[in-house]
Amino acid sequence: MGASTSRSGGGAAILAAVRRNAWTIGLVVFMALLLVFTKIIQPSYGAAGLQGLGSSVLPLALAAVGQAIVVISGGIDLSIGSMMALTSVVSATMMNEQPEEFAIVVVICVLFLGLAIGAVNGTLAVVTRVPDIVVTLAMSFVWAGCALLVLKTPGGGSAKWLLNLVTGSLGTEWIPRAAVLLIVVVAIIWIPLRRSRLGLSIYAIGSNRLAAFRSGVPVGRTRIAAYMAMGLFAALGGLSLTASTGIGTPVPGPYTLMSVAAVVLGGVSLAGGRGGVFGAVAAVIILQLIRSDITFLNINPNLAVVVQGVILIGVVMIGSLVQIRRARA
Amino acid sequence: MSGSASVQPTRASWASAAAWRGMFRDRPIVPLVGLLALMIVVIRIVQPDIISPGWVGVTFRAAIPLAILAACQTLTFLTGGIDLSVGAVASMSGFMVATLVGHQGLAVALLVPLLIAAIAGAVTGFGVGVFRVHPLIMTLGMSLVVLGLANVWQLIMVQTGGGVPPDLRTLGSATLGGILPYSLLVFVPLAAFILFLLRGTGYGRLLYAIGDNPIASRLSGVRSWQVLVVLYSLSAVLAAIAGFLYSGLTNVASVSLVDTAVLPSVAAAVIGGTSIMGGRGGFSGTIVGVLILTVLTSLLSSLGYPEAVRQILFGAIIVAVAAAYTRVTAES
Repeated sequence: MGASTSRSGGGAAILAAVRRNAWTIGLVVFMALLLVFTKIIQPSYGAAGLQGLGSSVLPLALAAVGQAIVVISGGIDLSIGSMMALTSVVSATMMNEQPEEFAIVVVICVLFLGLAIGAVNGTLAVVTRVPDIVVTLAMSFVWAGCALLVLKTPGGGSAKWLLNLVTGSLGTEWIPRAAVLLIVVVAIIWIPLRRSRLGLSIYAIGSNRLAAFRSGVPVGRTRIAAYMAMGLFAALGGLSLTASTGIGTPVPGPYTLMSVAAVVLGGVSLAGGRGGVFGAVAAVIILQLIRSDITFLNINPNLAVVVQGVILIGVVMIGSLVQIRRARA
Repeated sequence: MSGSASVQPTRASWASAAAWRGMFRDRPIVPLVGLLALMIVVIRIVQPDIISPGWVGVTFRAAIPLAILAACQTLTFLTGGIDLSVGAVASMSGFMVATLVGHQGLAVALLVPLLIAAIAGAVTGFGVGVFRVHPLIMTLGMSLVVLGLANVWQLIMVQTGGGVPPDLRTLGSATLGGILPYSLLVFVPLAAFILFLLRGTGYGRLLYAIGDNPIASRLSGVRSWQVLVVLYSLSAVLAAIAGFLYSGLTNVASVSLVDTAVLPSVAAAVIGGTSIMGGRGGFSGTIVGVLILTVLTSLLSSLGYPEAVRQILFGAIIVAVAAAYTRVTAES
């Protein structure tokens, strides 16, 4: 064993990495195939299409990253849509008719608001010992209500430079700014987190809470930290909603359930401790591409929803079948 | 991990606290009814003229469809599941009736959506029971499928039109003498059936058994997948019936009519004392939970509070009640 690793160490390491990330790699390959397929059925799909894809998936992609972190830690957050609505209306109200520079202050405030909201969710789940799903479901009412208190009807405003941040392209026209933004944000927040002690703790409490507790992981604090990271991404998602639409909408979008769907498709086990955020992002892009392909194919666009549902059920069924097989073997 | 006993101040109060806990744990309906009575007293004080036989009728009328949806959640909670597809199924059934009744007559218009709901529920149960898909994901996916198909149906039917049949409008929104809503005709037999199912039949016991300890129930010979297929079919049929009442109540046929009632239905089951982890609870608590939510809505709107305050209070109450349940049951 030792000899073989020293001989072909590089190759074996790559193979192991591929095996570890097989699901994510499969998703990325599928995404690439879908892009090629889209280009074939709609030859005019080009740089503009990619830019549109980038800005349309950004809010859900950010939500999916946040949801993935909580699900990895063994929880689930059903209030993420309401949190995005709240952060979106707060940012839109604060930025309304203010100078462009003031928006920087707003962004920082809203990010802290996101951290605080996440901390409230996490603390309640830890202190009350009520299942995460119930606590966050209840909090989804609370945050949606707060959003309505801030702004009764869609309104407010947004700074121009925020809009420029999520639309258009960077460098060549083939690289959507939204994609760059997403990669930068995930790289700044998730990658250091993943490699830190906290990141390891998040995975540990997700895969076996009792074992993690007995090895000295502060379970409660880690869970709260995971929820805070999710709150941060929810705030980013809310900001991207405000930036791309120019207003804040107090009604939660479909982001809660779609983020759960994307996380599951992205290879994050709902039982916790497994997967990463990149698969979830790839799943979001795939879901959006399928939606636009169905439009291009002139199929009834409502079938897109059916296809999404069938894919969700189908993929999860196959995944759990594989798991059942593995458990028997 | 396990619950740490909270420190009791004195021995004398320990006895009464334990008794209080025991009652809360074994008969959650007693404190719930107390809470409901308290809310009615509060209404009586702040808005003395609001409580009338008519108000009771209106409250029941609004509570009944929600109670049927909450029954779906109660039944699925007992096995450790959840049914998030009730909104899509209920909206679909209300919409189908309105579009079919013109050509096919009321009987067919009612039977077709019930059949579709049963099929959708059976598929859900199959996914949950045989493929072991998490119920949250399975019902979420199923609601996307049902919603999408309903949308397709809407595009096909948009020329023919239709409307909520008058019989359904009477059933959903009319009251007998301004007090007793006709929807009680649907609800009372249904509630009796569910209560009997849970308390008096072997099937009901199997639901509790699967939720309480799935491995033990499997080892004692329960074929849980059969139980789950029946359970989710039943849940979808109940949701379809609730959909009839919702479309009758609002006189609206829309593919997203009932979506806003999904989270309140989960909330009602939680408040009613059914554990989302399975194995504990019942339908009588859920009925009181629904009444609490409905009365609270009525109180807040009569006080002129905006929708936002109602939602915040809903959320706060759910967390508080669920925390209280967790506290008393963790120490048994």
